[in-house]
Amino acid sequence: MNAPLPPGALDAPGSLPPAAGGLSDVPRAQRQTEVVQALRALLPEHALLWHQEDVVPYECDGLTAYRATPLCVALPETEAQVAAVLRTCHRLQVPVVARGAGTGLSGGAMPHERGVTLSLAKFNKILQVDPVSRTATVQCGVRNLAISEAAAPYGLYYAPDPSSQIACTIGGNVAENSGGVHCLKYGLTVHNVLQVRGYTIEGEPVTFGSRALDAAGLDLLSVIVGSEGMLAVTTEVVVKLVPKPQLARCIMASFDDVRRAGEAVAAVIAAGIIPAGLEMMDRPMTAAVEDFVHAGYDLHAEAILLCEADGTPEEVAEEIDRMLEVLSGCGATRLEVSKDEAQRLKFWSGRKNAFPASGRISPDYMCMDSTIPRKRLADILVAIAEMENQYGLRCLNVFHAGDGNLHPLILFDANDPDQLHRCELFGADILETSVRMGGTVTGEHGVGVEKLGSMCVQFAPEEREQMFALKRAFDAEGLLNPGKVIPTLTRCAEGGKMHVKKGLLPFPQLERF
Amino acid sequence: MHGVVEGSPPTLRDAALEELVDRVRAATVHGAAADGEGGGLCIRGAGSKDFLGGPLQGELLSTGALRGISSYEPSELVITARAGTPLSEVESVLAEKGQCLAFEPPRHEPGCTVGGAVAAGLAGPARAAVGGVRDFVLGASLLNGRAEVLSFGGQVMKNVAGYDVSRLLAGSMGVLGVILEVSLKVLPMAPSTTTLRFDCDERSALARLNEWGGQPLPLHASAWWDGVLVVRLSGARAAVESAQRRLGGETIPTEMAHAFWAGLRDQRDEFFGEALSAVSKAGHLWRVSVPQTAGPLGVTGLGSGTLIEWGGAQRWVVTAEGDADTEQALMKAARAAGGHAQIFRGPRSGTTMALDPVLLRIHRQLKAAFDPHGLFNRGRLHPDF
Repeated sequence: MNAPLPPGALDAPGSLPPAAGGLSDVPRAQRQTEVVQALRALLPEHALLWHQEDVVPYECDGLTAYRATPLCVALPETEAQVAAVLRTCHRLQVPVVARGAGTGLSGGAMPHERGVTLSLAKFNKILQVDPVSRTATVQCGVRNLAISEAAAPYGLYYAPDPSSQIACTIGGNVAENSGGVHCLKYGLTVHNVLQVRGYTIEGEPVTFGSRALDAAGLDLLSVIVGSEGMLAVTTEVVVKLVPKPQLARCIMASFDDVRRAGEAVAAVIAAGIIPAGLEMMDRPMTAAVEDFVHAGYDLHAEAILLCEADGTPEEVAEEIDRMLEVLSGCGATRLEVSKDEAQRLKFWSGRKNAFPASGRISPDYMCMDSTIPRKRLADILVAIAEMENQYGLRCLNVFHAGDGNLHPLILFDANDPDQLHRCELFGADILETSVRMGGTVTGEHGVGVEKLGSMCVQFAPEEREQMFALKRAFDAEGLLNPGKVIPTLTRCAEGGKMHVKKGLLPFPQLERF
Repeated sequence: MHGVVEGSPPTLRDAALEELVDRVRAATVHGAAADGEGGGLCIRGAGSKDFLGGPLQGELLSTGALRGISSYEPSELVITARAGTPLSEVESVLAEKGQCLAFEPPRHEPGCTVGGAVAAGLAGPARAAVGGVRDFVLGASLLNGRAEVLSFGGQVMKNVAGYDVSRLLAGSMGVLGVILEVSLKVLPMAPSTTTLRFDCDERSALARLNEWGGQPLPLHASAWWDGVLVVRLSGARAAVESAQRRLGGETIPTEMAHAFWAGLRDQRDEFFGEALSAVSKAGHLWRVSVPQTAGPLGVTGLGSGTLIEWGGAQRWVVTAEGDADTEQALMKAARAAGGHAQIFRGPRSGTTMALDPVLLRIHRQLKAAFDPHGLFNRGRLHPDF
């Protein structure tokens, strides 16, 4: 969640390639008239927005630094309308950007300036909650948390819980393969979705996966999840529901050294324990959140770990004992186990308010999202500390430590162009360092437009070309959310980024030096 | 960038890999066109799953020389192995650290390989509880039909950089390319496991399994056949003990339980023994994948009855040679239940996959995207490609 930046503070991600079809030379106004007229025939008056003041709210998603104005915004109310809009856009060769709640953090739903934004906000019905099959069938615009609320009377819930779960929609979760604090134990969206129904860019209905545990043929569902709206438009999702644990308890552990805290994370896992949540905050982050929530965090600790167990009371008691043993063996300086639900929530309150707490102490901040192997946690913290000096900016660190997913928050003032520039360099350095440590540039926020440059670092040209080919298999003309996720060769060359992965370096021999 | 890769090991470009690359490169130039019918390359590890899918076609391309565990760190919960590494080697290395491949890939023959397990995408008794092969694939390197060595995914649990191509390879039957190396998520073995046995008919077995599935029980695997329901509980000691008290049933001695689940997993127990003997007489073993809540299939004329796994989601039945009526009824019943039925073993293996026109088009185009010359494993996944 990036703090809002003034519009145009950052360069837009440059020239998004226009859709194929040779129409890019038609003046935009003329194109807009053509598209609006065609869509007006398909949608009720109130379901199509094109006046400047009406489309402004759609200019960006949760990544507010990147903005564009679409030709128009279509808000279909029925699947037949979705199909008709897609058929028409396909016929006119207009790019289509699907949009849920617009809470994404990487600009995945940023409009295309020569495209249609397809808002699926009206697909907000929970169609069925079936306690026997432990599934919920929901329209794509249903909010993540609403699913768990509807399942609660049956003692069930939907496990993935991204921090934006109050607002974000299941369709967006499918697009981003969203995680959350419990995904080490309960999995990501891809592990909790059985079936996705939707439409191809041609407007044909298509179903990926099934209500069984597999479907015939290639497992297309696994590539649809996380495809950031580039392969098909999702309208309905069947999710798995799991029994709600009877009890959860959390350990708050202090360490006087980040390296020791990092080692403790590895030791917990190596002991055969899969915690329901395993989170880490460094000292500056702890200070910022304590000032905000007053949860009684240990301000002297260099790092704090939150380690949670859930299940039946017997299970939790057994696991908490094992966790305490490992954590104290790793040199924890203070250990506290939540006595009741109120205290457990208090432990979590700081972690869950890390972003707003950062917003209080800095005009702006930029949140990174790379993942590294767990064993490199301490190394990356040390590296980030050096970068703070190098770029002259402060950085607060929160991690989903259990799965190595980092969210460093770089503090800066966007009104100072130099700070903004240094912040971007700092962020890119964190991502590239993560890739060098064997990690990835995005763990859960997606590539969108934000990390296109970093994708050049992680993937070789042939790998990116293979991804483009995969996209063309679903969307031959490149009309669905064009310009996102996979950077073109030209873009990587212009950005001066060279990829640094595995044996696929352009000069593999250089690795040895 | 001045990159020194400190973390994940590079894909080892040794002689074994270069030979595969050269073979594929040569085939892109000469192979496909020249060979025509029955041509292309037939990717094979240990050959333990030659029976699966359509008949083998083309020149053998063995992954047997791509051997070895590239990296394994228990605290990272990930193991990376080259495709030709025997599954047994991976599992014994994991067992030393108290970890396992939780999806329990079947071992049809002792030498079966990691690459084959991922390409076949088959999972064992724990599938419904823990997930399938694709749920555990974190990364893979692939030799595509342009003779390019590509890497997707990685060794970390959370990774949304680009399309998740590595998971797509699970169950791809090699039609997208040669899997060279895979990184798999591993899990600790549960501290405690118990197996319970109940006498009950098919309908009440399905009802019980679905009822239990909605409760916070450490249910880990299930099997029903011939009037007997067997369930495995697995998890924290206290959780297993309390579930055992709650569910009742007869506790099966540990050794016997172990043999039972291994026999089921590797498909060499009594049911599969009977199925294989039917297959040897030109019969067919069918795998039926349906929602867990689907009732009994209600198809008559099945030899050996129905074996039900995965809490009701996977069912196995046998049809006799030439019994087209039963086969049609079976496919219809599976469709009606919201699933599908496919021949798993038998003379007409690979001929029963039904895809609707849109999905079939996407499949064809994906095949062309990865393997434009149509070199790999023709007809193994689908008769059309």
